[in-house]
Amino acid sequence: MMQLAVRPAPLLNVDNLVVEYGLGNKIVHAVSGVSLEVVRGETLGLVGESGCGKSTLGRAVLQLRRPKSGRVMFDGEDLTAMEGEALRRMRRRVQLIFQDPIASLNPRRRIGDIVAEPLIIAGIKDAAERKRRVHEVLSAVGLDPDLVANRLPHEFSGGQCQRICIARSLVLNPEFIVCDEPVSALDVSIRAQILNLLEEMKARFGLTLLFIAHDLAVVKAVSDRVAVMYLGRLCEVGPSEQLFAQPAHPYTALLLQAIPVPDPDVRPAESVAAGEPPSPIAPPSGCRFRTRCPRADQRCSAEIPELRQVAPGQFAACHHPLG
Amino acid sequence: MSAPLLAIEDVAVELPTPRGNLRAVDHVDLSLQAGRTLGIVGESGCGKTMLSRAVLQLLPKKAKLTGRVMFDGQDLVRLAPESLRRLRGRDLAVVFQDPMTSLNPVLTIGTQLMETIQEHLELDAPAAKARSIELLAAVGIPAPEQRLVQYPHQCSGGMRQRIAIAIALSCEPKLLIADEPTTALDVTIQAQILDLLAREQRRRHMAMIIITHDLGVVAGRADEVAVMYAGRVVERAPTQALFKRMHMPYTEALLAAIPKLDAAPHTPLPAISGRPPDPTRPLKGCSFAPRCNYAGRHCHAAKPVLTSAEMPDHVYACFHPIRMTEGMEA
Repeated sequence: MMQLAVRPAPLLNVDNLVVEYGLGNKIVHAVSGVSLEVVRGETLGLVGESGCGKSTLGRAVLQLRRPKSGRVMFDGEDLTAMEGEALRRMRRRVQLIFQDPIASLNPRRRIGDIVAEPLIIAGIKDAAERKRRVHEVLSAVGLDPDLVANRLPHEFSGGQCQRICIARSLVLNPEFIVCDEPVSALDVSIRAQILNLLEEMKARFGLTLLFIAHDLAVVKAVSDRVAVMYLGRLCEVGPSEQLFAQPAHPYTALLLQAIPVPDPDVRPAESVAAGEPPSPIAPPSGCRFRTRCPRADQRCSAEIPELRQVAPGQFAACHHPLG
Repeated sequence: MSAPLLAIEDVAVELPTPRGNLRAVDHVDLSLQAGRTLGIVGESGCGKTMLSRAVLQLLPKKAKLTGRVMFDGQDLVRLAPESLRRLRGRDLAVVFQDPMTSLNPVLTIGTQLMETIQEHLELDAPAAKARSIELLAAVGIPAPEQRLVQYPHQCSGGMRQRIAIAIALSCEPKLLIADEPTTALDVTIQAQILDLLAREQRRRHMAMIIITHDLGVVAGRADEVAVMYAGRVVERAPTQALFKRMHMPYTEALLAAIPKLDAAPHTPLPAISGRPPDPTRPLKGCSFAPRCNYAGRHCHAAKPVLTSAEMPDHVYACFHPIRMTEGMEA
């Protein structure tokens, strides 16, 4: 469906992924046929509002939530077909960083043990080797291993806890990291530190990132390409600069308009965003954004828009794209 | 200028903790005229919420408050509980961050709205109901009559915040305090709620305090902005002046640390190194000095007080103010 010219073979290829949750006797359509790819060394930003399925997609990539259908290919291997030991081995190469750094650290364990845990699971029996690796990654994220290794998570601030989480995700030398809202719980001044750290770690360890966030400016700061999700489907994907300069999907344009700009000369546009996202239990027919879209017509309710190229490398799923 | 509607005078709040006294608000002075909007900006732990609680007299029991909070000619700190109760909800209203916890989950929306209206205004049940419907319509809730019999869990987050705003507006308050009113909401819903607050404020000519960690939220919507750091107001100015010519290095650093939509991807952000000081261990000098690029030896030894240089309504607490006119450098 999505043919990209002169791009190297993707490290991650998500093909027509469908993830659904049961809720009583109803079905939540969390991810409905999403396809995307991430090439080695690239950061793909994934944005959308709460409930759009971005976190579910991130988890389904790692097989933490098994998809209903579709495939997740990582470096040529099908993760969706893997189980048990094979999947465990693959997870050394693919790691995850969560939104709440404090909640994702066990409050009763020492930092050194927390960061060493993945090594133990991976079967590295040599304690000296484990200690060496833990020291290495803790220093890499800007913490002094001798000072922090024996302390407990509650002794650290949110920003420091996120550094520890990043260290833990790096300890197995992964190739790919899914960052699920890694800075949303942090204050502005700390957020910038962590974003810079992620960029540094990416360069230093040659990482490929799927960066999930709801803040478009944060996503743009770190991403080569950006994918926009709405109610379980991809609306638009394209190179960051291009997508922000010339959004083709009305939802991308709406998101961009809604961001409060820290500049008093930019008067906030009045009521750009009519209505609220519908329930993923009963998503609208056709284009899922049509109930809030100023451009929607008959065709939008009858026909699901496919991702189509609107500019080099930029794809939008819209019957009436902008520009 | 007439007497301000609200004057916070030398307010300090201390909370006892096992680690010693925590100075949450450290001698703050602020004032607000009727019909104006003040933005209070700061990161978590800077004391912005405690300050708003001090105004509302909703501090934790153990907290120690000193100073005066003059509201419409009365000192709220010394007001009898009964008079305070009559004032809150009527002249002095508040919208909190999380509408799910500020609404009662076991009461219908109609009951909660009518309760406030009947408590403060002399209206009978049918009149209170009519007013509730009117208010829900005003805050943009479709089919308000049907909403009255629903419970908070049947509404989305954005709807709940609209209902909380309707309750706050129900008695035509003179001052509305909105404490992070959109932090729990998505960005498109945030824009709607901020628009709603601005529209209702203009219409009702009420004063408003928006408390937020997001400089973007106050940029286009507040007349004046106060920046707080470690319990103190470190800069206060008309919005334009604050964003264009801030004098306090913390304000500059905070603004610079925000990722900008028009910056190219992978541009390193000018992060502020370190973190705010421990509020139970106040520093002798300027609280921002350990993180400040401009700090000199004096900054670590003495606390700068709020001063103004060029415009009387632009004050800053810094020994080395930035972006000053030639010849006025300290």
